Amino acid sequence: METISILPPELIRMFIAVIVIITFLFLNGIMMGYAERKIAGHVQRRPGPMEVGFHGILQMIVDGVKLLAKELIIPINVDRNLFRIAPLLSFTPVILPLLVIPFSEKLQARDLNLGLLLIVTMGSINVMALLVGGWGSNNKYSMFGAMRAVAQCIAYEIPILLSMLAVILMTNTFSLKGIVGAQENIWFIVLQPIAFLIYIISGVAETNRAPFDLPEAESELTAGFHTEYSGMGFSLFFLAEYTNMFIVASVATVLFLGGWHGPPLPYGEYLGIVWFFLKVYFLLFLMIMVRWTYPRVRFDQLMNFAWKYLIPFALVNLFITAVVVKL
Amino acid sequence: MLKTDFQEQNRFFLNMGPQHPSTHGVLLVLLEMSGEYVLDPQPVLGYIHRMHEKMAESRPVMGFMPNTARMDYVCALPYNHGYVALIERKAGIEVPPRAEYIRVITSELNRIASHLLWLGAYLLDLGAFTPILYGFDDREHILDILENITGSRLTYCYYRFGGLSRDVDDKFVEATRTFVKRMRKRFDIYKKLVTDNIIFIKRTEDIGVVSPDMARRYGITGPNLRGSGIAYDVRKNEPYSVYPEFDFEVPVGKNGDCLDRYMVRVREMEQSLRIIEQALDRLPDGPVKAKVPKKIKLPPGDCNFAVEAARGELSYYLIADGTDKPYRLKIRVPSFSNLSCLQELSSGILLPDLVSILGSFDLVIPEIDR
Repeated sequence: METISILPPELIRMFIAVIVIITFLFLNGIMMGYAERKIAGHVQRRPGPMEVGFHGILQMIVDGVKLLAKELIIPINVDRNLFRIAPLLSFTPVILPLLVIPFSEKLQARDLNLGLLLIVTMGSINVMALLVGGWGSNNKYSMFGAMRAVAQCIAYEIPILLSMLAVILMTNTFSLKGIVGAQENIWFIVLQPIAFLIYIISGVAETNRAPFDLPEAESELTAGFHTEYSGMGFSLFFLAEYTNMFIVASVATVLFLGGWHGPPLPYGEYLGIVWFFLKVYFLLFLMIMVRWTYPRVRFDQLMNFAWKYLIPFALVNLFITAVVVKL
Repeated sequence: MLKTDFQEQNRFFLNMGPQHPSTHGVLLVLLEMSGEYVLDPQPVLGYIHRMHEKMAESRPVMGFMPNTARMDYVCALPYNHGYVALIERKAGIEVPPRAEYIRVITSELNRIASHLLWLGAYLLDLGAFTPILYGFDDREHILDILENITGSRLTYCYYRFGGLSRDVDDKFVEATRTFVKRMRKRFDIYKKLVTDNIIFIKRTEDIGVVSPDMARRYGITGPNLRGSGIAYDVRKNEPYSVYPEFDFEVPVGKNGDCLDRYMVRVREMEQSLRIIEQALDRLPDGPVKAKVPKKIKLPPGDCNFAVEAARGELSYYLIADGTDKPYRLKIRVPSFSNLSCLQELSSGILLPDLVSILGSFDLVIPEIDR
C-alpha cells in the first residue's frame, strides 16, 4: 500500500488501462475470429465450427493454444532481425490507439487533445510492419505483398484523413471525447454521409480486408507478406488485423455514429459502452459480410479507385463542409 | 504494354507452382516478370505424368477402362464414354438404346458437376470464397445420384462395351428430376451472387481475349472456343450416341474474354439440364447391355472417336494389330491445347490477370499430363 500511494495516481490508472486494453485485445481477437468463421459458415450454408464446446464456441481458444505451441520457423535466407521484429512491430502500435478511444463518457484511458492524430499515426506504423516482414522474408511473394501493402496504405490514408478533417471542421477539436460530445443531438452520419462512406471504404482497404486484401491475396501471392510466418509470428499479424478492424470501426463510431450516445440507460456515463460496442460490432459484422461476398479487386483498379474517385470526392466534400461551416 | 529499359533491366523469374493455390494441381508456370507485369509465362508440364497411353498398350481393352476416369477426374464419364464408344466402333458392337440414353443423362449430369466445380474454383481464383461452397452444395446432389448407380463418386467406371455395368432404377429417375428442378432455381442465386457483381465483371471483362483466329490456330475446343464465338460442339457437329434426338442450343460468346467463357459455361449448364429432361422423358425400356464376347479382338486398322467432354473435344485414336490389346492408343485431351495459348495470350499483363485467365480455361492438369 505504501508504494502504491507514493506513485502518482495517473500512472496507476494508465497501467491498469493498458492491462485491461491488452486483455480486451486478445478477447476481441478470439471473438472476431469465432464470429468470422461462424458468419462465413452461415453465408456459405454450412454450420461453421461445431465441435469444440457449445456450437464450437471454444474453437478459437483451441486454435490459440495450437498456434502458441507451434514452432516459429525461421527460414535460412531471411534477415533474422527484421523477420522477428515485424510481427511485434505490427502488434505494438495497435494497442496505443485504444488508449484514447472513449468507450463511454467516463471510460476512456486518456483524453488527448490530439487523439485522432495519434490514431492516424499509429495506423501508419502498421504499414512498416508489413514492409519489414515482406522484405525480411526474402521471398518474392512476400515482397509483392509488402509492396502492395505500402502503395495501398499510402493511397488510402489520404481519403481517410480528408474524411476525418470534414468532421473536425465541424467540431473544431481533435479530441475524440469532444467529437462524441458534439453529436449529442444529431449524429454526423446525417450531416456527413459522403465522408462516412469514404471513411468506411478506405478503412476496409487500410486494414487489408477483402475485397481489398491484396497484400495477402492468396490466389495470386499464396499468402502475401506472411507467407513465411508460422506459429506466434503469424498469430500476431492476425491479432493486429482484427484489432485494426476494431479501431477502424471504433473511429467510425466516434466520428459518425455518435459514440456512446443512444437511448438513455441507468449509469449512462458508464453504460454508454453498450451502445458503443453495439455500433462497433455492427460495423464489423458488415465488414465480415463484405469479405465473404465479394471477389478481390485488381491492384490497378484499387489504386484508380482511391486516386480517381475517393480523393476527389473527399476533397469536394471537405471544401463544401468548410464553406458551409464558416459561412 | 511498352517494354521500357527499366523493365528490361529488372527482369526476374517467379515460379508459380507446382504448389500454388491457383494453378489447380501441379502445373508450374515459369513467369518472367518485371514488377507485377508478366513478360513471358511458360507453362511447364510433366509433374503428374502417369503413362496412361502406354498402360493402354499393355493390357486387354477392358483393363484400361478405370484409367480413363483418372485422366480428367472432374468430368470422368465423357472419358468413359469416348473409350467405350471407340472400342464399340472398332469391334462393331451395337448398343441398346436404353444404355445410350442413360449414358447421355449421366454424362450431362457429370458435365454440370464439372462446370459447378469450375465456377467455384474460378471465383476462388478471383478472391471470392463463397461461390465454391454453393457450387459444392449443388454438385453434392449430382455426386449422390451418380454414386447410387455407379458406385463411385469421382472416378467412375460405369460404362461397358455394349452398354452399362448395371441398369438404373426409378429412384434414379426421380432423384434426377428433383435435381433438375432444384438446379433451375439455383441459377438465379448464382446470377445474384456472381454474374451481376461489378467487381467480378471488372475482373473478367476484356481480360484474356482469344480471337476466333487464335482459337483455331491453337486448336482450342469446348467452352473456351465457344466463348470466342465459334459454335463448334462435337455433340452437334459430329453427333454421337443419341444426341441428335435432343433439342438443345450451343451457347456462344462474342468477345472471347474471360467473362464470355464464364457465361458460356453457365448457359451450357442450362442446356445440359434441357438434355437431361428430354432424355428422362423418352427413356426407353429394354436391356442395358448387348451380348459381347468376353475377349474382344480388335480387327487390324485404325479408328477414331471424339466426344464433347466438359473442357472440349476429347478424341481417342486407336491403332489395332488384330490382338485384344491396342497397338497404340493416342488420347487428344482438350486442356493441353487450351493451355498452349497461354503464352501468346498473357505477355505483358498483370499477375492477377494471369490468374484470371488461367482459371477461365478450366484446366485439369492430370488430363494434360496423362
